Parts: sequence; C-alpha cells; structure tokens
Amino acid sequence: MTTMTIAKAINEGLRATLAANPKSLLMGEDIGPLGGVYRVTDGLIGEFGPDRVVDTPLAESGIIGTAIGLALRGYSPVCEIQFDGFVFPGFNQITTQLAKIHSRSSGNLSVPVVIRIPYGGGIGSIEHHSESPEALFAHTAGLRIITPSNPHDAYWMIQQAVECKDPVIIFEPKRRYWLKGDVDVQGPGPSEDPFKAHVLREGTDATVVAYGPLVPVALAAANAAEEDGRSLEVIDLRSISPIDFDTVTASVRKTGRLIVAHEAPTFGGVGGEIAARISERAFHSLEAPVIRVGGFHMPYPVAKVEEDYLPDIDRILEALDRALSY
Amino acid sequence: MGTHLPSTEFDGTAVDDQREADAEAVLGEPAAHMVQLLGPDGKLGADPVFSNYADKLTPEALRGLYADMAAIRRFDVEATALQRQGQLALWVPLTGQEAAQIGSGRASQPQDYIFPTYREHGVALTRNVDLAELLRQFRGVSNGGWNPKDTNFHLYTLVLAAQTLHAVGYAMGIQRDQKLAAATGAAGKEPDAAVIAYFGDGASSEGDVHESMVFASSYNAPVVFFCQNNHWAISVPSNVQTRVPLSNRAKGYGFPGIRVDGNDVIAVHAVTEWALEHARRGKGPVLIEAFTYRVGAHTTADDPTKYRESAEEDAWRAKDPLARLEKYLSAEGLADDAFFAKVKADGDELAAYVRRTAHDLEDPDIRQSFANVYAEAHPLVAEELAWFEEYSAGFAGEEESAGQAAKAGH
Repeated sequence: MTTMTIAKAINEGLRATLAANPKSLLMGEDIGPLGGVYRVTDGLIGEFGPDRVVDTPLAESGIIGTAIGLALRGYSPVCEIQFDGFVFPGFNQITTQLAKIHSRSSGNLSVPVVIRIPYGGGIGSIEHHSESPEALFAHTAGLRIITPSNPHDAYWMIQQAVECKDPVIIFEPKRRYWLKGDVDVQGPGPSEDPFKAHVLREGTDATVVAYGPLVPVALAAANAAEEDGRSLEVIDLRSISPIDFDTVTASVRKTGRLIVAHEAPTFGGVGGEIAARISERAFHSLEAPVIRVGGFHMPYPVAKVEEDYLPDIDRILEALDRALSY
Repeated sequence: MGTHLPSTEFDGTAVDDQREADAEAVLGEPAAHMVQLLGPDGKLGADPVFSNYADKLTPEALRGLYADMAAIRRFDVEATALQRQGQLALWVPLTGQEAAQIGSGRASQPQDYIFPTYREHGVALTRNVDLAELLRQFRGVSNGGWNPKDTNFHLYTLVLAAQTLHAVGYAMGIQRDQKLAAATGAAGKEPDAAVIAYFGDGASSEGDVHESMVFASSYNAPVVFFCQNNHWAISVPSNVQTRVPLSNRAKGYGFPGIRVDGNDVIAVHAVTEWALEHARRGKGPVLIEAFTYRVGAHTTADDPTKYRESAEEDAWRAKDPLARLEKYLSAEGLADDAFFAKVKADGDELAAYVRRTAHDLEDPDIRQSFANVYAEAHPLVAEELAWFEEYSAGFAGEEESAGQAAKAGH
C-alpha cells in the first residue's frame, strides 16, 4: 500500500501502462517536458521519449482525430485535453467518429482511444476552466465514461481504460488532484470492474449517489448527518456510462430515499437519468421523490461566486431534509 | 482579383517550384500550372518529372485504366437508376471524376491504406471492394458495408474531412511500426506503406483538413492528401471556398502541393505514384489537387440546374477522361474495336450483377445493431436488448395469426 495524490496516481498508472504496452502512447498539449498543466504526465517523456509522450500541436480535433487513426493501426493512444471547456473543438471527432466506428464497421474495427479530461470547478479559475460536460458525452452511445474520486481508483482506472477495447473518457476531478490516499499497487486493481459503483459507507435513512469531485462532499455530508442522528449510505458511482443501476437500486430498496449529487447542471444531467431509472426500478421502495443536487442552468459562473454554485455539504443536507419530509 | 498573390517559396522539391499559380487560375483553365500528360485531344505530352512515371505504364496497364473507368461509369449509371427506382435511399454520383479516382487508386500498393470520403467508388473498385457491397450503405442495410481490413480501403465517412485526421494518425502508426520493426530486427520484412486521404474542394474549408495538414507536417507523416476539386460543394462554387489554387495551400504547411489534370488518368497515376513514393521514403506528406469536375449532381437529392449553367457542364464534357484515353488508345493502336466492345459488355455484366445483388441484400435484424454498439459487454445495451426481445415476443402470436389469415385468403 502506497500513499499518493490522485495526480501522482494517474502519473504512476500511465507509467505502468507505457511500460507494459509498447503500443500505448500519450498525446496532448504541453504533456512533454512541462508534464501537463497539472503535471500529471510529469517525467514520462524522459523515461519513454517523445514518440511515446507526444507533445501535439494545439488542436483538440487534431489530437482526437489522429488518435483514432493510430488506434485503427493497432495503437492505444491516451489523449489529454487540457481543460474541460476546451474539449468542444474535439467534440465532433469524439461523438461522430470515435463513438461510432465500431458500430459502423459492423464490429470489424475497434478504436480503443482513451481521453483524459480534467473537469469540474472549485479551483478559482476563469471561463472554460471549470465545466462538467459529462452528460453531453454520456448521451452518446459507443463511449464509456468513468471518473475516479480517489488515488487507488485513479491508478487502476487509467490502466483499465487503456485495456478496454472501447473508447473511454476519464473525467478527472481536477480540484481533487492533490487529494492523498492509499493505493494498492499490487492489486486487486486489475480485476476490479471499473464500471461498477462502490458503496463507500453504509446507511439506512437515505442513499446519496455522487461521483468524482463530489464524493468527498457526500462523505462529509454523511458524517454531518450522523451527528444529527441520520444514517446516510454513500455510493461512489465511478462510472457514468454505463451506470451501475444494480448497486444503486439495491441501496434504494434498503434506504427508501435517494439523493443524486453532481457539479453539472441538474437539467438534462446524469442525475435526471438516475432519478428516472430508479423511479422505474424501485418505485414501490421509494418513500420520497429522487432529489437532485447540482449546478444551476447557467454557464459555469465566475470564480468569485462559484462557492454558491457548487453543491456542498449543506446543499446535500437540505436535500436530505426534503427527502425525509415526505 | 489581382494577378499576383503573395506566396512563399517552397524549396523541398523542384516539382513544386514549377506549380506557382495565380488567382485567375482558380476557376479558369490553369494549363500553365497543372500537370497534364494526356490532353483532351488524346495526344500525349511530356513533363520533365512525371513522364518518367507515365512511361512505366504498359499498354496492358493503359487498357486496364480505361476498362476501370468505363466500369465505374457504368456502375454509376446503374446505381443512379437504382436510386430512382426506390432501391437506394440516396446515391452520390462520380461521373466526370473517373480519371482522378482510377488513376490515383491504381497508383497505390496493397499495403497502402486509403481513407475515402463518400464518392470514391472508383477508388473502391481499384481496391477490389465488391461494388454491390458498397451499395449496402446507400440501400440502408448498413452504415458501412465492407471490412476495411480485407482491402485497406476504409469505410466511407459522411462527416466532411473527419477522415483526413484519421489518415494522418494511421500514417503516424505506420511510422511507429517501422521504428518498432527496426528495434526488433524485423525491418524490411514488410514493404513500406503510405496512406491516402481523399477529400473534396468543399471539405477543404473544414477545420479538420487544416489540422490534419498541421499534424502531418509536424510529424512528417507518410500521407498523401488527395483533393478532388470538382468545382462545386453542392451549390457553392470553389471560388467561394478558396482564393488560391488549393494545391498552393501545401506551401503554408511546408510540403509539396501539385495540381494535376484530374481528367487525365495518366497524369493522375504518375503524380500519385510519385507522391506515394515520396511518402513511403520518409520524405513526408504531399497534397495533390486533382482539377476535375462533377458532371452530374452532388447527390440524387441535388438539382444543379438551379445553380450552374449547362454551358459549363458542356465545356467539361469536352474534357471527358474516358474519351481522351479512348482516342489515345485507338490512335496508337493499343486497343481495337473488340477491346472496346468487350469493355462495354463487361460493364453491362457488372451492372446486372450489382442490380441483382443489391436487390437481394437482406434487411438486417436490429439485434445486429445492439451487438455492435460496444466491443465489450455493456449492461445498458444488454438490458435494452432483453426488453426488445420480450416486447417482440409479445407479437409472435399475432404474426402467426396474420400469416395463417393471409394463407386462408382473409
């Protein structure tokens, strides 16, 4: 067991992948000598050289599109998008090409491209640096989307993503890059299903589902609720596409109440999908409507007011109050 | 429009230095700046570089180029008819562009990988794609239709220019394969390969074409960009899309750009062969602009009479790629009437085969669509398929009853 930050865990995961798979390579802007703007690829170019850690021209469509070509030739590219709000020049390549080539080719071609996207707010940055666009990609069939909330998952998920035959987007919670935690580098990481949700804390009064940057918030809310005598079950979703509805359903059957928390706007978001599915699957177990906690229907606001935008402990507890009031 | 535009000198190859063109040449006849070997009159000219390549074409190869062009034109007529008869949802005709496609496709080697747009039926023929299978997409029974691994001819791409980036990435993969082979002592066991990325003058306005050329240049990727300038992006003429000959754009990226008469199959073959050799030898990308014309509509949903003059079409028909090679073959005694009669008969046989086979293409089962969304198991797809199976099973009795009723004459 080793203690490291999420950023370091991804770095080590990438190092393990590059060492194990000679056809894997990293692509992105400033990922070479600089090590990426978050230093997630720090030191890798020195170990593996510029053919394996490729500093690309500043062009997101170019990065994704050429990665698709490399994958068609049998390579396993891992692309870094510098910030969430900059993924959109590559949106076309991701949604119309990457997601569909396997289907379009009747299964004859696979494009195992991995795309890393630092996402979410809370870092006091400027426009386009704090967005949560995961629902836009989750809606597109053919993509898999995962998001680690702790170093252990970060270390293993990046390696599992590269091994997956499907395209995988990893949304990395950038405000948690410096969160430290234990990583079991010996395993059982590789055998863990990266698309399975984890019950992080058991409870009886309500279930809180969160992912990525909001998992620590949900755990803190559960601790605060406990002081008030309320027992919250906390689930780390880990995978946004597919969603492990079995784990969520089982929890709701036990607690009878569900709160879904994410930073992205609630309208049209992942939380709405979870609410609808759980309403279908466990309607008779629900004691209250599924309540969503998330961002507002606005562009991500300026940094000076982002604390009012981001769901925090109190917002989750307020949702709990409402759920318990039925 | 001025006669001189600012430009930079490209000193990578003597070939390119000769191809400086002015803006007047964009829509006009750019004879002074265009590689042409076989003129509309059917007479073979000379070029200091490319005649060496043309000279390698044997009489048999020349007859083959003619036969291919005739076959794909006949196929095009048949597919258009199939669309008009409701057998295809849409057709994208290529008439007028046979030389650009057959000439470039025949210049490629089996190890080269080709990324077409959606009009490269002639290139598909040169790569031995079953043309009846090619109609699967247009008949609506598949979003592809053939396995690219069998022919190194990629699937059609309907989103303009997206494939140009895939081509560059694939070429970067070829480079890496060569390095890996060298590192493991396997170098030279496989022939060097290159990639061709096809796109049109309309797609040249897309950002992905720009990014693909930046990446190709940055990494010196073995890729040939083959732009068929057919003069119209549906209804928008090429002079709305570019103020300079498209081949000139290569200079800005730092690699050679060549404009070739796209209706001259011999010149297209020669230029493409040169470009592919250039790329395979590690000398980097090349842009070829095949100066040609879409004689018919953009697709069967288009009506070119609304946006262009018939006189323009007539002028280009006079430069017909088949007619000029036929004149040459006849004048030089390289082909006789029996040859041309056989080409026509072969074309009719191909058309009959395509018609028969397209008719017989079976409608797919949507279960195949479920099966190919992901390469690995996916619980949502599995859940939705299970629901569909159960839902469909609910109609089983009705279908049986309907079948019995039909048999009973009700």
